[in-house]
Amino acid sequence: MSEWKPICLVTDIPVLGSRRVARAQGPNVAIFRNSEDKVFALLDRCPHKGGPLSQGIVFGDAVACPLHNWTIGLADGCARGADEGCTQPFQLKVDQGMVHLDAEELATLAINVALPKAGPGASTGAVGDRTFEVQAPHTP
Amino acid sequence: MKKMKLVMVGNGMAGVRTLEELLKIAPDLYDITVFGAEPHPNYNRILLSPVLAGEQTLDEIVLNPMSWYEDHGIKLHLGKKVVDVNRSKRIVISEDGTEEAYDRLLIATGSNPFIPPLPGKDLDGVIAYRDIQDTNTMIDAAAKYKHAVVVGGGLLGLEAANGLMLRGMQVSVVHIAPWLMERQLDDVAGKLLQRSLESRGLKFLMNAQTQALIGDQDEGKAGRVMAVQFKDGTEVPADLVVMAAGIRPNTALAEKIGLLCARGIVVNDTLQTVTDPRIYSVGECAAHRGIAYGLVAPLFEQGKVCATHLAEFGIGRYIGSQTSTKLKVTGIDLFSAGDFMGGEGCEEIVMSDPYGGVYKKLVIRDDKLIGACMFGDTVDGSWYFKLLREGRKITDIRDKLMFGESNIGDTGHEGHSKAAAMADSDEVCGCNGVTKGTICKAIKEKGLFTLEEVRKHTKASGSCGSCTGLVEQLLMFTAGGDYSAAPKKKAMCGCTDHSHQEVRDAIKEQKLLTIDGVYQAMGWRTPNGCSSCRPAVNYYLISSWPKEAKDDPQSRYINERSHANIRKDGTYSVIPRMWGGETTADELRRIANAVDKYNIPTVKVTGGQRIDLLGVKKEDLVNVWKDIGMPSGHAYAKALRTVKTCVGSEWCRFGTQDSTQMGKDLERAMWRMYAPHKVKFAVSGCPRNCAEAGIKDVGIIGVDSGWEMYVAGNGGIKTEVAHFFVKLKTAEEVLEYTGAFCQLYREEGWYLERTVHYVNRVGLDHVKKKILDDPAGRKALWERLQFSLDGEPDPWFEFDKASVDTRQFTPLSV
Repeated sequence: MSEWKPICLVTDIPVLGSRRVARAQGPNVAIFRNSEDKVFALLDRCPHKGGPLSQGIVFGDAVACPLHNWTIGLADGCARGADEGCTQPFQLKVDQGMVHLDAEELATLAINVALPKAGPGASTGAVGDRTFEVQAPHTP
Repeated sequence: MKKMKLVMVGNGMAGVRTLEELLKIAPDLYDITVFGAEPHPNYNRILLSPVLAGEQTLDEIVLNPMSWYEDHGIKLHLGKKVVDVNRSKRIVISEDGTEEAYDRLLIATGSNPFIPPLPGKDLDGVIAYRDIQDTNTMIDAAAKYKHAVVVGGGLLGLEAANGLMLRGMQVSVVHIAPWLMERQLDDVAGKLLQRSLESRGLKFLMNAQTQALIGDQDEGKAGRVMAVQFKDGTEVPADLVVMAAGIRPNTALAEKIGLLCARGIVVNDTLQTVTDPRIYSVGECAAHRGIAYGLVAPLFEQGKVCATHLAEFGIGRYIGSQTSTKLKVTGIDLFSAGDFMGGEGCEEIVMSDPYGGVYKKLVIRDDKLIGACMFGDTVDGSWYFKLLREGRKITDIRDKLMFGESNIGDTGHEGHSKAAAMADSDEVCGCNGVTKGTICKAIKEKGLFTLEEVRKHTKASGSCGSCTGLVEQLLMFTAGGDYSAAPKKKAMCGCTDHSHQEVRDAIKEQKLLTIDGVYQAMGWRTPNGCSSCRPAVNYYLISSWPKEAKDDPQSRYINERSHANIRKDGTYSVIPRMWGGETTADELRRIANAVDKYNIPTVKVTGGQRIDLLGVKKEDLVNVWKDIGMPSGHAYAKALRTVKTCVGSEWCRFGTQDSTQMGKDLERAMWRMYAPHKVKFAVSGCPRNCAEAGIKDVGIIGVDSGWEMYVAGNGGIKTEVAHFFVKLKTAEEVLEYTGAFCQLYREEGWYLERTVHYVNRVGLDHVKKKILDDPAGRKALWERLQFSLDGEPDPWFEFDKASVDTRQFTPLSV
């Protein structure tokens, strides 16, 4: 028996837009609303390079990832066109205008998926700044 | 519901591509039956030449194996030639009596080789060059016999001759015209080609009129061919004669069943035959607006359109293609397009180095490139072809035209210009890290034919596009695709057939004010567009109707929706505006405090004389903006970004003008200006030009007597030096002319087109006419820009006015 957690009203999500849902553990879940007021939930992580799908442009029943413009189907989380890969979809229920997510899915699905890293150390793998000893050329 | 029946006659590339497109969009609409006269599944006919030359095998050129037909439930009749169609009962009848009923019929019978009515044309050893069987006959003959004669020195004939020679035969090419490939090359290039092929071992008989083929029995009238006889009585020995005198659309069936044929089966823009609405036709057999195409790209274009109509979507029109030619003989580079012969009223630019084996000819009429013919160096073929298609004036680049686009400067692929010389591990596309090997593999394995398809599958040349020429060469070598045929008009995206210009015009003429309004008025195929057209339409609306059309944040890319640059880990970066690149201790202190307070990991000085705070969490953006208290730098937007300045006459001992003040004035007058793409200015105080004004959208350089204005420079993928535009006296004039130029670009530019591309498209003369020759027009442009910018909000502080949806900054929690 699944437990449905209320998240927000459908109207709290912009039309052709999305909201991010922070979980106790694991990456965010993105909830989307299309022009027909249908609502969808996916892991907020593109199967390509982990871009936050919640930040993409929503059209029809798909979203374009903001990083490299992959098109991801909102219903199944899978890439369209020539690209291949899927992100985790989440069950979702709308009851009297209120969006609900499944508590068990939120607590268990895609908890250990890694998110992309950026910043110092992200390209080399070394974390943090490195320092260099500089010797002035004129010291005896 | 019972499925409809679709029968296809012909099992070749254009027809099967149409089925593939149809199955993609309407997989369950039809029970499909295919008749093929050959006993093979669909294969890549273009690659018969490499097979003949021993460079590929027959298995490698199969496009759709038998399993493909089975997987899609297609009933396949191979080796059965269709001989009749009963149009009133809607039944297709084949040679062996097989009958199939249809609701819709697709005729894709391709073309037949043209065999001149010579005595002896039916002798053994006389063949055409069209299909796998012909190819096998040639391969067998090459193993047994010595002398081959190819009749016809066109594209196909030369490929056949080259293949037979590589298989060890002594080959003579007989050609009726004074030079080879006379329909694709001029006399100079044709003769260079001949010389190059002669050095490989081919023999040529030019201006030669064949009279008869002589057999070895019954006084030369029967048996196997042994010689070719000419009108002047001379003979050459021949154990194999390949007739390659051209192809003709195969309309035998269509004519028999009463379909209108005129140089092919006549079809309309939906590929429906004009005679019978249940019958469609695509490929080399179809005549569209009087043209039967013989190249792959236009035929696939036809297939795509035809499929949408078979699927009953009722959308899409085929409006014709322009084509160009390349020869598939490894090691020989030639290219031609358009009217390369020139003639009355035409001018020619010619570069000829007969010893080096390089020849280029460009034909120009009314200041436009109308034809090109090249031998030995064809790297710029696609560029010339583009100029030709766009029909733009070339006055301003005329002096550089001959040296090609590759001469103007490329980055990202180490200056490679010959794909054949590259190793498999060499990188072709520097943006997306795609190697030659990856591209070739994708082309082979996924059966790609067009540049668009390669971009979709590998991303190569999909970002900056500077390696497009290389990718096209790879397509050429690997698939033999005539990649360079292109639709006459480029649609904005898959949602519509309309071009950017048509959408701009409609918005202006019909006073459309909303995105939905545009989609309805122009018949969009999708309910709310896609991530490509919606931002463009949104920009066209707000730039055409300022203060009337409402900006739609959900139709903007994330950076313009959150007013910061998204980074690869989903954090953002913040670049505040520093007028003319000047800052103060107070500003720097506030920035430093924010860096500490919000744990911002990286602080970087940008190339545009500003400071970038990288790695800000989306939740912190609003507070960071507030704490810093500086205006938005719009570093995330298609808008005015930086105005780079040197220190100028205030401090510099060489400075002649106060460039810093000029830069600040320009920036204050034009910040918040959205444009088709980003816009950068620079102002230098003297000709030493320390602000690097020569590579900016607008560059201003101070001289003793005033200011020089430069436009449409670019420091990006292709470094483009700005054009000198005008010399001005006062700072007021600099503002007016700069504003007018920006407004013209805002009103006429296509979305994502930088000023350099816009000016290349419309021509510098057009811009000069609008701004320099028309003072009233210039003032009106400047006024329209000021009207647009008046009262524009700063999106970092005026959320309501800038329609910033602040809900995005706070995540929901569970």
